[in-house]
Amino acid sequence: MDSTQKDQSNLLPPPQTGVWNWLNRRTGLDDLLRTALDEPIPGGARFAYVFGSGLLFIFLSQIITGVFLALYYVPSADHAHTTVAYITKAVTAGSFLRSLHAYGASAMVIVLLLHLSQTYIYGAYKGRREILWLSGCVLFALVLGMAFTGYLLPWDQRAYFATAVGTNAAGEIPVIGETAKRMMRGGTDMGTLTISRFFVAHVFLIPACIFALVASHLLLFRKAGAAGPVSEHPSDLKQKTELFYPRQVLMDLALTALLIIGLGVLCFFAPMQLGPPANPADAQYIPRPEWYYLPIFQWLKYWRGAASVVGVLVIPTVLVAAVIALPFLDRGIERRPWKRPVAMGAYAFVLCALVGLGLRSQYLDKHDPDVAKQLVKQETEEQEYMRKPFEPELSPGSLAAANVALANPLAAKGKTIFEAQSCNACHGDAGVGTAAAPALVGIAARFSSDQLAQLFAHATAKMTAGGMPRIDLPPDDLKALIAYVESLK
Amino acid sequence: MAGVADHSSKNPAREISRPDPASGNRRSFLGALLGLGSVLVGGLFSVPLIRFTLFPLLRRTTEVKRSPVGTLGEFSTLNEPVMRTIQIEQVDGWRKAISEKAVYITKDQQGQLRVLTSVCPHLGCTVPWNKEKNQFICPCHGATYMPDGTRISGPSLRGMDTLETSIQNGQLLVRFQYFRQLVADKEVIG
Repeated sequence: MDSTQKDQSNLLPPPQTGVWNWLNRRTGLDDLLRTALDEPIPGGARFAYVFGSGLLFIFLSQIITGVFLALYYVPSADHAHTTVAYITKAVTAGSFLRSLHAYGASAMVIVLLLHLSQTYIYGAYKGRREILWLSGCVLFALVLGMAFTGYLLPWDQRAYFATAVGTNAAGEIPVIGETAKRMMRGGTDMGTLTISRFFVAHVFLIPACIFALVASHLLLFRKAGAAGPVSEHPSDLKQKTELFYPRQVLMDLALTALLIIGLGVLCFFAPMQLGPPANPADAQYIPRPEWYYLPIFQWLKYWRGAASVVGVLVIPTVLVAAVIALPFLDRGIERRPWKRPVAMGAYAFVLCALVGLGLRSQYLDKHDPDVAKQLVKQETEEQEYMRKPFEPELSPGSLAAANVALANPLAAKGKTIFEAQSCNACHGDAGVGTAAAPALVGIAARFSSDQLAQLFAHATAKMTAGGMPRIDLPPDDLKALIAYVESLK
Repeated sequence: MAGVADHSSKNPAREISRPDPASGNRRSFLGALLGLGSVLVGGLFSVPLIRFTLFPLLRRTTEVKRSPVGTLGEFSTLNEPVMRTIQIEQVDGWRKAISEKAVYITKDQQGQLRVLTSVCPHLGCTVPWNKEKNQFICPCHGATYMPDGTRISGPSLRGMDTLETSIQNGQLLVRFQYFRQLVADKEVIG
């Protein structure tokens, strides 16, 4: 192998420019590039091998779009929906980028399933690739975790109720379920703490794990080497080997181009919708998860009551354990699918079961008139919401000011005086303070009504020096003004 | 694609299909093509990203919206300044604040409608209209102004400030602004 690698270093003509040479001497970039591009592929390049690179591309796209979305997004129950609506309806290219991110999640799951299927069907987990397979399993779980945590963040009806159902399902797990549910929600109910937790998981914890796992997945892959065609023994390949560059690179790029065009067209012509803001009091809303969670959703419906432990815990655990332990259970060296009837049968069964469950869920929704009607109504509400122009959120200051008017008529009168006398010119709207004069918010805690009246009549030297004029008002107006100033919180 | 070398060696698995030396140029040409393609795709992809980022620079995201004062008909027979409370909507990105301010609707010497802020250009007190004396008289330091806002006397260095107005569907709209106090020339501060 050493001699071939030495030969390979002659494949790319050495770059001549001074800067490149200098950079190369300092960084070893050229060696890195060669290591990446001169990966040997036993049996030659194939379209079957493109999905791993496709996943890397989508992950990169998700990182970029995600970082940009964070420019406007605020993770709190008060603002999450407003900020996503702002991105979708107001910000230039916002709808497109959000759609790229949201549809990118679905694309990720699709390509991940293809990658997994290819590995399984080609028996590429065999031949000392146990840890490589394990890291892939963890990555699969992490990607599903990304999809689950990201789904809540827009905080619209769909997001809220899907996550309510999802976390409830986790709560069904015996013994640890309730604690796990509370851990995810940050309490018994869903609220602003749930958003914070999902946000932290979605942008910090899970991505960090994915970075580490992708690195180790690639490292382990290069260590084990590509498995090659199915007809050969994984550790003793007879067919000639081809390098990653150029043919496999081109094939990988073909998938990438397909993904770019597909996602671009979809996001441009059918951008992701945003529904009305989450309303936890809405008892009519029928939650439905994203398509990749439909099979699990349908499966859980069949398990109610005492037997639920079997369906919720035992069967999924056995299934997941079997998938994880696959390279330890299936030790045979045979990789040809047609010679592995048990493995292929199991794959076909699980695939059919998942597709069947998903279709069954869709079928039931369509054929239950009440459900179908409500789902159509929800869809219509979403479309109506999308047609409305963006409406900015009323800031707490003006809300507090508006609330005073409702609560206390005297303070409400005081508010008009406060504004008519231009007190707000220096003390700010609702007494929040400006550079010219201090805030009046919370002043009631420091001065009694009488003390305030005294201060208004005889300003201190410091107040006068700061430009505070003498207040000359009829006694009733003064009372109202004091009532208003005391109400500022 | 790349030319397959003559595989006469005993162990073909150790043999790597690799272009003959003459195709080195073809490979570097392909590399350049791929690089160009990547730059093109990256450039295409960065267009929405740049537009998304530059949105607050190219579009007003912090603004004070023009507030309706009333219909033009209401002020057609104006013979003295009238006070109106207007609601000011201040937009800040995805949020807005609403506050109320007092303004005067009056006429200038040519008989055109003019809207004055009630904030005294001296030290910012609210200037009330004094019907008996037919003047604006500031209660704080006694500055006086004509019905059209021109300064008559007192510590103020200029007349009452006029606000920008516009007319839309018969509605008089005004843009409320604060101006620097204690200076002779009108200067917007926010």
